[in-house]
Amino acid sequence: MSFAPDVSHFLSGMILLLSFAMLYQDRLPPLLNIFIAQSLVLALSITWQAYNQNEPQLLITAAIEFGVKAVLIPFVLYTLIRRLKIHRTVETVVGIGPSMIAGMALVGLSMALILREHAAIGGTAREDLAFALSVLLLGLLMMVTRRNAVSQVIGFMAIENSLVLAATGAKGMPFVVETCVAFSALVALIVIGVFLFRIRERFDSVDVSILDHFRGEQP
Amino acid sequence: MLLILLCLVALLAVSLLAAFTSAKAWANSAIYGASALLSAAVLAAALLALTSGRVALLVLPIGLPWLGLHLRLDALAAGFLAIVALGGTVSSVYALGYGRHEDAPGRVLPFVPAFLAAMSFVILADDAFAFLLAWEVMSLLSWALVVSHDRSPENLQAGLVYVVMAGVGTLCLMLAFALLAGPGGFAFEAMRSRSFGAGVTAAVLLLALAGAGSKAGLFPLHAWLPLAHPAAPSHVSALMSGIMTKVAVYAFIRIAFDILGPIDWRLGLVVIVVGAATAVLGVLYAILQNDLKRLLAYSTVENVGIIFLGLGLALAFRADGLAAAAALAFTGALFHVFNHALFKSLLFFGAGAIQTATGTRDLDRLGGLINGMPRTAGLFLIGAAAISALPPLNGFASEWLIFQAAFQSSHFSQWGLRLLAPTAAAMLALAAALAAACFVKAFGTAFLGRPRSDAAKQAHETDRASQIAMAALAAGCVLAGVLPSTILAVIAPITQRLTGTTMPIQDLGALLPVAGSHNSYSGLVIALCFLAATLTIALAIHLFAQRGLRRSAIWDCGYPEDNALSQYSSGSFAQPIRRVFASTVAQESVVMPPPGDLAPSRFKLVLWDPAWQTLYAPAAAAVLALADRVNGFQYLTIRRYLGIVFVTLVFLLTVLAVWR
Repeated sequence: MSFAPDVSHFLSGMILLLSFAMLYQDRLPPLLNIFIAQSLVLALSITWQAYNQNEPQLLITAAIEFGVKAVLIPFVLYTLIRRLKIHRTVETVVGIGPSMIAGMALVGLSMALILREHAAIGGTAREDLAFALSVLLLGLLMMVTRRNAVSQVIGFMAIENSLVLAATGAKGMPFVVETCVAFSALVALIVIGVFLFRIRERFDSVDVSILDHFRGEQP
Repeated sequence: MLLILLCLVALLAVSLLAAFTSAKAWANSAIYGASALLSAAVLAAALLALTSGRVALLVLPIGLPWLGLHLRLDALAAGFLAIVALGGTVSSVYALGYGRHEDAPGRVLPFVPAFLAAMSFVILADDAFAFLLAWEVMSLLSWALVVSHDRSPENLQAGLVYVVMAGVGTLCLMLAFALLAGPGGFAFEAMRSRSFGAGVTAAVLLLALAGAGSKAGLFPLHAWLPLAHPAAPSHVSALMSGIMTKVAVYAFIRIAFDILGPIDWRLGLVVIVVGAATAVLGVLYAILQNDLKRLLAYSTVENVGIIFLGLGLALAFRADGLAAAAALAFTGALFHVFNHALFKSLLFFGAGAIQTATGTRDLDRLGGLINGMPRTAGLFLIGAAAISALPPLNGFASEWLIFQAAFQSSHFSQWGLRLLAPTAAAMLALAAALAAACFVKAFGTAFLGRPRSDAAKQAHETDRASQIAMAALAAGCVLAGVLPSTILAVIAPITQRLTGTTMPIQDLGALLPVAGSHNSYSGLVIALCFLAATLTIALAIHLFAQRGLRRSAIWDCGYPEDNALSQYSSGSFAQPIRRVFASTVAQESVVMPPPGDLAPSRFKLVLWDPAWQTLYAPAAAAVLALADRVNGFQYLTIRRYLGIVFVTLVFLLTVLAVWR
């Protein structure tokens, strides 16, 4: 039985690694590809949890994850990128090196925080929770360090991924939580998609820093 | 219980109906008629519940998912519910007539029935969540009524101060309940079964005193009350002053006497001191007012002080194991709650009638109203005599009981209480005397003398519905004064439940506060003596007065000049008391015209409230300064907001990781 946690740790580790890959990728199409990869691995991980925990309804979660995060959302975002013609370089506010170091520090923090809780959380959930927290913090870091609205959307979706990872890792989490997370991701996509086009119409750019001029803070 | 609940839901439905139909001509009669009937039904049900002595519990599956909505009708709740329903009934009847003069009924009608229902729900609530929800709804609805006449900036200002103070009060109560709530959850039943340490008990009691006191008008949190209560339409003023302050008293009793366990005597001392200070300061400010409704509002502050003085005595006696004395003080306080609800509603109704008849409530523009509105004058006089604690009316009976309780202070084992309780009794005596002066001034300036304005000269008697409501309240004042034992018998189950014993009651309505002593008071005997003396004097005058015709110069009543302004005004009546007691807060000055100018010299009086300067103004300034600092956060970019969230999250996680 020592095989099962290893597989789930491997998949969670993959998700974390792909988060790092997203952090240093500074062009939009490859960033999106990495996001697809992360969603795929997440769907795989959920499937494995379904098999491992013997809870078939997790398969539905996996299907929703796959359908929404690995197919639908990336497809919409690709269309967006193509129609907005933004294949150019993503400007990061903080350089790649510092943000990687910050990311590693965040992972260290979440590991230190959660792995020390030995007794409270049993099974593989403890490590899964640590991974999920790391992915969440990295997604947030990405949202903070990027300027382009599309990459902020992807950061947001990565946070959603981490929530699903945490939810499926814990045993007995109600099914409704996962579906709610999935649907909230969809709604967020719709809102942000409409929002992006409105910004584009008005300001000929999706760089959110341009918005600041119109709010009267910068000269 | 179900009947009461049904009636309350029906009241809410009436409110909803009123929101759509308030423009119709029949809306006023229909809405107030319905709310009078429903309130009367609640009153009957509450009295039945009080006399039957049963405790009704109900848990509804609405509200917070793991909590539900706990309702409970025990003796205490039934007693206060009866007071609320009584106030609701008479004020609805009054508003049948008074409400017709309302120029914007859409701003008043929809809120009144819902306000009544919200006050009732506060009393029925048996968990902290339901209680606070109903409390806040009650505050907001009364706020809507305060600002219903929003044309005058004063009313808006009053509303703002009121809503801020209501928020502060709710916050205090919320903190108190947070301290009380334990593993058992937020239901009061779970809180009752817990025991608390001395520190928690003290904190909860002080928070409850501040939270309930800010609604009831305890010094120094009273400053909003004289602004807000008069701003509302008169029947709502009566509800706010006569009834809503009682809901606040109920909240304090529920927490201090019912939920909390044993309480240290020092805390009782705090309540006594606050109550005595409130009583004296309230009536001092009342006597200085020229606005009739504001005078009544300050007098509410005084009476709330008297009630809290009684409650504080009861707390102290209970802490000392003197159950009989505690029951006496508690009975006196509860009786005064009931009495004040009666006569303060009556007086506000009278003020409303005056306002309708003359268009003003400035005492210096009234006068001689007894000619135009004799019935209102008579009923107002009964209310004024009752609130001034004149026997045989009800105000005397309850204040006398509180006095008797204070005289039991020699049984205290603590020297602090032995010394302080008689001082508090002296303050109470001072307050009662000043209240009498205050209402002599109010009645005398408004109803006696000669009219000071044309409007006062042409005043007409108020409508039939208002008269019926006032007459009912006046009859209640007389009955409760003459036969206090009937009321005390109804109160007895509450006292039994909360202090462990009751006050002995003699036959024929005599009050005997302490068993075995000769100290007793019978309203009935006094009333009969009063009647007999009056009849004898009338007869004597009739028999022995000279019948012979005499001719002489007409006595000019001390007013040789034919100008109505040469009479005593409300300001000049209050001057001696103002100079003696209030020279620090009232500044008189006479503005003389320059030599050669024929303009009249003018007397100017500036009055201020030290609570306002020392507490409210600095607090407001601090909030504004803080708001200026924080204002920068309004204008950040989305990424900065995200950054702040991120940094905070990382910081908290780091703290957690290091601290554990």
